[in-house]
Parts: sequence; structure tokens; C-alpha cells
Amino acid sequence: MSITDNPTTGASGIHLSKDMQQLVYRLLAAGLLCLALSIASDAFLTSNNILNVLRQASLLFFLASGLTLVILTGGLDLSVGANIGLSACMAATAIKATGSPVLGTLAGLATGLLIGLCNGLMVAKLRIPSFIATYGMLWVLHGITYYYMAGESIHGFPPEFRQIGSGYFLGIPIPIYLMVVFLLAGTFFAQRTVWGQQIYAIGANPVAARLTGIPVDRRLILVYAFSGAMAGVASIVFLARLNSAEGDIGETMTLPAIAAVLIGGASLFGGIGSVFGTFIGALILTLVLNGMNLLAVNASWQPLVTGAIVIFAVWLDMYGRKKA
Amino acid sequence: MSDQALSPSAPARVKMPSVPGVVMALALLFILFAALSPGFLTTGNLSNILVQSVILLLLALPMTLIIMTEGLDLSMGAVLTLASLVLALTILSTGSLLLAFAAAVGVGLAFGLLNGWLVSMLSIPPFVATLGTMGAAQGLALLVSDGQSVVGIPRYVRQIYSGDVIGIPNPILIGIGFYALFHVLLYHTRFGTYICALGGNRDALTLAGVKWKRLLISVYMLGGAMAGVAALLMTARMNAGHPTAAIGMEFDAIAAVALGGTSFEKGNGWVLGTLLGVLTVGVLRNGLNLMAVPSSVQVTCIGVLVIFALLLDGMRSKS
Repeated sequence: MSITDNPTTGASGIHLSKDMQQLVYRLLAAGLLCLALSIASDAFLTSNNILNVLRQASLLFFLASGLTLVILTGGLDLSVGANIGLSACMAATAIKATGSPVLGTLAGLATGLLIGLCNGLMVAKLRIPSFIATYGMLWVLHGITYYYMAGESIHGFPPEFRQIGSGYFLGIPIPIYLMVVFLLAGTFFAQRTVWGQQIYAIGANPVAARLTGIPVDRRLILVYAFSGAMAGVASIVFLARLNSAEGDIGETMTLPAIAAVLIGGASLFGGIGSVFGTFIGALILTLVLNGMNLLAVNASWQPLVTGAIVIFAVWLDMYGRKKA
Repeated sequence: MSDQALSPSAPARVKMPSVPGVVMALALLFILFAALSPGFLTTGNLSNILVQSVILLLLALPMTLIIMTEGLDLSMGAVLTLASLVLALTILSTGSLLLAFAAAVGVGLAFGLLNGWLVSMLSIPPFVATLGTMGAAQGLALLVSDGQSVVGIPRYVRQIYSGDVIGIPNPILIGIGFYALFHVLLYHTRFGTYICALGGNRDALTLAGVKWKRLLISVYMLGGAMAGVAALLMTARMNAGHPTAAIGMEFDAIAAVALGGTSFEKGNGWVLGTLLGVLTVGVLRNGLNLMAVPSSVQVTCIGVLVIFALLLDGMRSKS
């Protein structure tokens, strides 16, 4: 596999300089947003608020980083929000039953992984279009979660578990450290490993990828499983932060996660995007939502704004392609 | 895109599934529930199923056309909710049902126009475009209602849903009317032929000089308008507007269309299949209701049924 060796002919290599350009634009956008917000609101440039933004962005990033790989293959995972719901409830149940935060965490991660695996099998083996398969999965998961929880909530977890979501280390919230770890690991995986480059290749041209001998089905299953597992990670951090599991937890997070990936420069048609871009996307979206909060805008505007951002980001991508 | 030719003079040649799986599914569920729950096979309950399926039918009919164009409308449930709230608020402030109905259809048309414009003019993939507008419609629904139910609608509005003409409930008449309309539209007009071609062979349309982008916009606008009509029935049924009333209903509609054998590729659609799909979803929900299965599990069952239907769809297109 020479994709990684030769940056001028590789699927991602061609777009490398353009990718960097795109990233710089997005960083600039984030910087301008920060500038505008610090002028508009005194509360923005406080260390408390900055840490708050980063912590919120981290939750979004966990979800969006897994989704990035799916979108890189040209697919979509609409079930990530519902996945958080079921994974969080399973983790909460396991903690309550065993008293062990470790087992609880494992239960949450395993649930997320299993759901992702099902998505991957439906897409790769049964050849159901990914947005339909994962949309069906969304409602299946909602049904299971609502039935299982029956309107109840599970709350009150051991303090060591809650540390994951609300603890601090050297004055910085622990989720932010986790975000940095996943950012580095995800970037390394996507850019510097053969599997990661194969994922790019599948998105750029699935037929060519198959013909060059890339095990497309297995890689597809891998990315959906990974997306599910990252939803599991998000559910654990979310659960530890909220200290309570309910059926509708995470329900509203699918659209923001997709928005973060698309703002980050990933193309819905596959092959273009990066985990670092998604990180910036998550940051920009969180800044927008945080700014709306600081400026006391009614929270009902948030889905509207997020929806508009999704469409705008896809339009930018389409527009860029037409010009190219 | 397949390059199969589609002659505009022979719309009847639109391929129908050779084995109507939806008939088997409907029959199986029917027999199953008839055996399992004694209250199922009564005239009252059967008429109930029909009445309750009408709102879904009003969404599933245009959804069939949208899916035939290789599109999707995920915003329908949220638009229906928003239209229902606008209808309720308008009737409260003006007292005119006609004006309120026009406002609801107007909201639907506006969202349909937006969806169609995003999909055809900006070439944004339909599932993402309508996912975005779904967020917008949900946000607007919360904004106009302030998260509260809108109550105090005059009693005569309820008549629209609960009234009848010579013993036949109004909703059933409305359902039959719109079914006939869509049947004629798809199979007996040029518009219908073009819709088949939109999914089957868009290049042919361009070569034939058809302005297909406008056509595509009109298909999504039709979906929006039908969501407005459905909003009237919905509001009349609940005698209120509720900010989360029809959230997720687009899933039932997509499920019904998929069950009915309309393919997500290549423009193969079947209006009668959609009707049967709607009835299948209706029978499933009703039967599970009678067995006191919670609504959440019903959704799961529908999801499983859809995946099963898509599997069949995939196997059919392979053979």
C-alpha cells in the first residue's frame, strides 16, 4: 500500500495543501467568533467560560470524531444520539448493579460498540443505504431505551465515576484531557496508519478501493463500530457529568455532531475531512451556541441555528467542488 | 444512475414488485393480531385502524413521490407539528378556520420550497438538507408555542375529524380522496411520468428539455402542502396544537413507503403499495396497542420491519 508513502499521488495527498488552507480558514473563523463574543459579552473571556466551552466541545467532539470516519467513507450515522441514550442507561444500570465504575464504563462502551457493529453489518453486508439503516436504528434504539427506562431515571453514582465528567486535574476539567487524547489518537489513526488511509481511499473512490484489494466491507464495519464506540465514550462522560441517566439523554446531539463534522470541512461524499478539522468544527459550533447563551438568546433557537449551519456547511462543500 | 429508458407514453410500465411482500406482511400481522387479541377483529376497531391511518397516509403519499426521485424528507413530522401549531394559533387569533388552514398549508409549502430549493438548486443531499430543515422546524415549533400546548380551539373544528358523511367517517373520505388524487397524478399525468424519470433517468429529462429542477422543487412543495393538510386533521383530532405532536411521524411514513416496495433507487414506486404499507403500520400499531405494548416498543417493531423490507428490496433488485 503506497498511499502513505507518496503524498503527491495518495487520495489524501492531492488535497493536502488545500486541506491546510481550509483548516486555516476555519481557525480564522473560530478566532473571529472569539473576538466578536469577547466584544459582545464581558462574561466570554473568563477562564471559567473558556473551560466551559472546551468541556462542552469535548462532549461534542467524542461523538463527532467517530462520525468523521463514517463520513470519510461517504456514509452517515444518524443513530449516534440515540446510541448515547441507550449506552448511558446501560452504563448506569451496570454501575447500580455492581457498584463498580469500571464495569459500568465497560458496559456503556460495549453497548455503543455493539450498536455500531450492527450499523456496520447493515451497511456493509446487507447493503442498506447508511442514512436509512442508521435512521431505522435511531428509532429502534429510542424504542428500546424508552421501554427499558419506562420514564424513570437512574441517578447518584460513586464520586470516582463522576470525576470522569466533572473532575479537574491541574485546574482543567478531565473531559478536556480526554479530548486531547482522542484528538491525537484519531489524527494518528486517520493520517498515519494504513487502515486510516484505506478509509480515505474508500470514501474517495469505493470501486477503486475494492479493486486495489482494500477489504472494503471490513473497513466499513470498523468505522461504524468505531462511531458507535465513540458514542459510548460520549455517553460515559455525559453520564458522569449529569450524574443521572434518562431515556432522552443525547437525543438532541445527533444534529450538532453532524454539524461539527461538516463545519470541520468533511465532505458528505467521502474522502475529504480530518479529525482535527472536526475538532475545530466542534469548537466553532460550541462557540456559537455558547455565545447565544451568553447573549441570552432563547434556547429554542439552537436547533434552528444548528440546522442552518449544517446546510450552510454542505453548501460550502458543494460550492467548492463546483468551482474546482 | 441507471440508463434504462423510460417512455413517457407508457407510464403504466413502471415496474411493480413481482411478489408484493407488503400484502404478505399485512395478512400475517392481521391473522396474528386476530388470533392474539379478541378486541381486534371488531367492526369498531377495524374502522378505527382506517381512521387512524389517514394522517399517516397523507404524509406517506407525497413521501412516495419524494423517495421515487431518489430523495427523502426527514422534516415532514416537524413541519406537520409546526403547521399544526400555526393553525391552532391562527384560529385562536382570527377565528377563521379557512385562514388558519391556509396558514398551515402555507407553512408546509414554504418548507417544501426550502427543501426543494436546497436539494435541486444547491444539490445538497436530500437527507442532510431535510435533516437541517427538520431542526429549523422543530426550533420554530418551540418558539411559536413557547413550548406549551395551544388549547381553546373552537369545538366545531373537532367535527372535521370526528364527523361523518352517510356513516363514513370524514377522515376516511379525505384519505380516499387524496389517494385517488395521487394515483391519478402519478399514473395518468405527465407530471407523474416525469417523477419516475427524476429517479430513473434524470439525464433523459434534461435531454428532453424538461426543467427538472423546478419539477423537483414542486415535488417537495407537494410534500409540504400535504403536511399542512395533515396538520388540519391532527389539530382537529387533538383539539389542540402540541409542540412535539408529530415528531418522528416521518419515520412511520418512510417505513410505510419502504414496506410498500418503493425503492430508494431507480425511481420505482407504487402508490397502492404505499397504501398497503400505511395499513400495515396502522395494523401493527393498533394490534400492539390492544396488547398494551408501549408506544416505544411499537417504534422498535416498525424499525425492524423496515430493515426487513429493505432487505427484501435489496434481494429483489439483485435478482
